[in-house]
Amino acid sequence: MSRNNWHLYEVFIRSKNGLAHKHAGSVHAQDAETAILSARDLYTRRGEASSLWIIKSSDIIASDPGEAGELYDPSDDKIYRHSTFYTVPDGVKNM
Amino acid sequence: MPALEKYIGAKHTRNPHTIYMLRLADNALILGQRLSEMCGHGPEMELDMAMTNMSLDLIGQAKLLFEHILTLEDLAPNADVLALTRPLERYSNCLLVAQPNVDFAHIMLRQFLFSSMQKRQYEALLNSNDSTLAAIAEKSLKEIAYHIRFAKGWVLRLGDGTKESRDRMADALSCLWRFTGEMFTCDARVADAVEAGTSSDFTKTYSDWKLEVKTILSEAGGLTPHENTRMIMGGHFGQHDDNLGHILSDMQFMQLSYPGLEW
Amino acid sequence: MYSTDLRTDQEKKSADPQVLDDAKLWDTFQSRIDNGDVIEAKDDMPEKYRQTLIRQISQHAHSEIVGQLPEGNWVTRAPTLKRKLILLAKIQDEAGHGLYLYSAAETLGRSRDDMVADLLSGKAKYSTIFNYPTPTWADIGTIGWLVDGAAVTNQIPLCRCSYGPYARAMVRVCKEESFHQRQGYEIVTVLAQGTLAQKALAQDSLNRFWWPSLMMFGPSDSASTHSSQNMKWKIKRHSNDELRQRFVDATVPQAEFLGLSIPDADMRWNEERGSYDHGEINWDEFWAVIKDGGICGKDRIRARRAAAKDGQWVRAAAHAYAQKQETKERVA
Repeated sequence: MSRNNWHLYEVFIRSKNGLAHKHAGSVHAQDAETAILSARDLYTRRGEASSLWIIKSSDIIASDPGEAGELYDPSDDKIYRHSTFYTVPDGVKNM
Repeated sequence: MPALEKYIGAKHTRNPHTIYMLRLADNALILGQRLSEMCGHGPEMELDMAMTNMSLDLIGQAKLLFEHILTLEDLAPNADVLALTRPLERYSNCLLVAQPNVDFAHIMLRQFLFSSMQKRQYEALLNSNDSTLAAIAEKSLKEIAYHIRFAKGWVLRLGDGTKESRDRMADALSCLWRFTGEMFTCDARVADAVEAGTSSDFTKTYSDWKLEVKTILSEAGGLTPHENTRMIMGGHFGQHDDNLGHILSDMQFMQLSYPGLEW
Repeated sequence: MYSTDLRTDQEKKSADPQVLDDAKLWDTFQSRIDNGDVIEAKDDMPEKYRQTLIRQISQHAHSEIVGQLPEGNWVTRAPTLKRKLILLAKIQDEAGHGLYLYSAAETLGRSRDDMVADLLSGKAKYSTIFNYPTPTWADIGTIGWLVDGAAVTNQIPLCRCSYGPYARAMVRVCKEESFHQRQGYEIVTVLAQGTLAQKALAQDSLNRFWWPSLMMFGPSDSASTHSSQNMKWKIKRHSNDELRQRFVDATVPQAEFLGLSIPDADMRWNEERGSYDHGEINWDEFWAVIKDGGICGKDRIRARRAAAKDGQWVRAAAHAYAQKQETKERVA
């Protein structure tokens, strides 16, 4: 999409070990090394990261929002998958 | 003239430990100042941010050093007076760091040549008998490692990129290589600092440094510094070229226009 | 300011696409918005919604990038090392915020290059505040205090904008900007409590920046045509006048605390409204600066063009190098 041939990369940050990487935004870069360095300069200026992932935006495979109905709605009525569906007698604790 | 009477600039020092730390601080300050000129003007927004980051690191290093100096010796009422009010001939930075931001090739090569020297210079401080100085060096070395990684990457990209970028790198090399000898000269102030236990003698690593740098340069589109380049020196002893005066006229503007005030 | 369309009527007419969205899409889209749904990049949306957001987000991004320049004017001359570091970090944040915003706008299908090209050609607008000069150090304080204060007032509601990528970018921006206004106020405080000369610098700067800061919120509601649809789409949450009033009410006591006077003879507390009444804003000046760039517009664009030109050969080199590396890897 860019006329100057710089690729768009998506940036994921792990703020500290034990947590998952979370999408932070994107950067333009020529290659993986510049993408990592730019992501570091752009998204971790306040010590937000213990680890960075970058991936070319064009390599992300996304579900189609138009198919959201068929993909996700069928799980909406399967309330028995949630613990709140069940009643536990009053005297029973720690379940 | 009451304002002038009240105003006291930075005092001289004869302590070799302090003199050496002033050199380190001035190098970081002047290069940080040079890089800060690019803030808002970088050739790409991402590169603008990267240069500002390096500027922040370097001015931060300088600030720590100036503040530390003042804990040992009463040269000025505060770090700003020490950093920002001395006359030109009392700045002891090497000539390389004051070289202008001709283009991104010059900026990256200047950074690579300086940071790869600074790494050796600061490693030699890790066993200093001044433990605060050693701690400052340890903290700074992490920043320096990043500066080298960034600048080296761009030296390679520009040297081995297009014909135009290679020409620009070649020009940068012919301009800047002349100032590298000064950084590794074991002059009287280095010798005094070694004797005082401030630092070990990092200038002994000059040939290792040359080998390392030349390897990268040759990877960068076969760049080679001219074998018989005449090295130019002077900055370390206050003999500067045309650049520093202009840098100071900006940097000292407020301190000299309004002496002795708080900001 | 960021939610205000800064184009002239003529520019709006020639630029607005002949939108052919079908009415059904507008209805389903509106009911999603009314339900409090957040719109994401690949969702169906009216073309008009997309275009409005691209214009608004890119104008916001341009304002961040151009906004580096008036403060950049003082980086090399900052009076102390501490102030120099703070100023560098702040300007760098603005570059970062520009980048977050360009990214958010790109999700709508327009490339950053195209948006930047519009800025450089003068087609795209940015906030007029950045076309005012910063001749004294006090201006750096005033910009932080007033300009960033106005920006935050504007940006906090945008964190709840209906378009997800924009709202998320604004959350990040607002979090990072929290120190910007404070550092500005701190600079002005030191001046106001300093020597007579320093206090005069602070007052002079306030005199110059007060009215342009009020203009940042955009024309009065009665004159702003685009507002109602943007409110309906929850791109905009509050009217220009409402946000401006919020800013005035917060700022006047801050000036009083410092012993500085707001350059508005009509400024007074209105007991009944529980707010300050302020004097008439000179909208002729506002539109004049949009049209001719004011004092600094030409310099700002020249600086950005120079940076873009410097970037061309750097990008070309990086591209050539990356291709060589790929070829090497393939061979190996």
